[in-house]
Amino acid sequence: MKLAICAGPATCGKTSVLRHTTRKLLARGSRVAFLKIDVQYAEEDEELAREFGIPTKKVYSGELCPDHCNVMVLGEALEWAEREAADVLLVETAGLCLRCSPYVDGGLGIVVLEATSGMNLPRKIGPMLSLADVAVVTKIDRVSQAEREVFRARILDAAPDIRVREVNALHGIGIDPLVERMRATPDVCGELTLRGNPPVGTCTICVGKKTVGWKSHFGVVRPLENQTFYRGE
Amino acid sequence: MIERITLTGGRGKDGRAEQVASVDFAMGNVVSIVGPTGSGKTTLISDLELFADGSTPTGRRVLIDGVTPPAEYREDPSQNPIALITQHTSFLSDLPVGDFLRIHAGVRSRDGVVAEAVVSQTLAFANQLTGEPVLPALRMTELSGGQTRALLIADAVVIGNAPIILLDEIENAGIHRMKALELLRQYRKIFVFVTHDPYIPLLSDFRVVMAAGAMTKVIRSGEAERRLAQRVRVADDLLAGFRERIRSGGEFSADELEAVA
Repeated sequence: MKLAICAGPATCGKTSVLRHTTRKLLARGSRVAFLKIDVQYAEEDEELAREFGIPTKKVYSGELCPDHCNVMVLGEALEWAEREAADVLLVETAGLCLRCSPYVDGGLGIVVLEATSGMNLPRKIGPMLSLADVAVVTKIDRVSQAEREVFRARILDAAPDIRVREVNALHGIGIDPLVERMRATPDVCGELTLRGNPPVGTCTICVGKKTVGWKSHFGVVRPLENQTFYRGE
Repeated sequence: MIERITLTGGRGKDGRAEQVASVDFAMGNVVSIVGPTGSGKTTLISDLELFADGSTPTGRRVLIDGVTPPAEYREDPSQNPIALITQHTSFLSDLPVGDFLRIHAGVRSRDGVVAEAVVSQTLAFANQLTGEPVLPALRMTELSGGQTRALLIADAVVIGNAPIILLDEIENAGIHRMKALELLRQYRKIFVFVTHDPYIPLLSDFRVVMAAGAMTKVIRSGEAERRLAQRVRVADDLLAGFRERIRSGGEFSADELEAVA
């Protein structure tokens, strides 16, 4: 199973990017499953299921950080995707607190940024950008060439090894290299670990336990099914 | 150095092949795209800007010097030889104009050292395109439509140094068209104007006529059209004079009716 985790600020075009990606992956014979993690409202899973007939699922993180929720449910989500006979799992998550990042070792980390957020955004969003493999830049037609260039230069300042892809997410132009990159990503296997260090905090993920799977955690936990909120030791 | 862009025809809105099978834009050309609203002018320049490879809705293809453009053009905006300036393109930054231009020039220079001359050259260029002064201390978001357009063009030409510049209906935005054509002719670039203006197409090297999403004709401007352009200019100046007077609260007398007739 190939795993691609896509993060980015709200309304930056993550779903548009993943919609085009899904269409192109399916056209190349991949079997795609989609998981959406959001705080309290999302309908992207239903849209993608309707449009492509692929297995989709969503999890609401509620009072849990969506990136932490991702750590909790990702292992089970991979098992779910396996049962659905998928060979690529796309996870879309609302990156919010700018201290965590949802990417795991062995998977592909994609951050989607809109050029319209202003030239300073790449300097503000921390590990969501600096730990990603690919930065997809959307809404490029809305800003001056000059700001596009400065935006890109600042992405590379924050994450020197990242691949920057400018795309037109409305028409799906520029998506092909991202699709190829996904197809070239090796399958994930064994124990999954978060790529970055979580920030100081009070849940087991906050305090630095990086093992994926809610069973490895205690306190505020979240399985994929059954919205359990608290689990003692 | 790019010498030529080729756009090969695709399909119009009816799905049939375009009458113009291919059109070449040579370095130094000023080209206009004309046609009624909805005829596909903006789609045509967006095909150019996207280096269409047959996968856009029109099925057109762009070749640069006869070959498929390299992927870096799309990946890195500073490598992209095409700058597109539309009515919707704007600056989002809230910085003072001078600071902004210095940041852009810094990203463009290899060693990060900004030549102040480039910044002042850009400002001077912008100020020839628009009547309202563009000053270095003005904030980008305070600029009027005309000032923004002027600065976008000046930045793309001087700092961006893009060899191909696509301008979508700039005549609606307080730009001196004649001055712009004159200034732009001094740079050896390809300029493509999408325009409803009568003057710019007559002074272009050629114009592509659009209808129902397809390129239907390529017309080269001859000597007669160039002479006609001068007459159009006189008529246009007259209208512009009236416009200015009305805007500044002027009134017209009966004698002037005789003069115009």
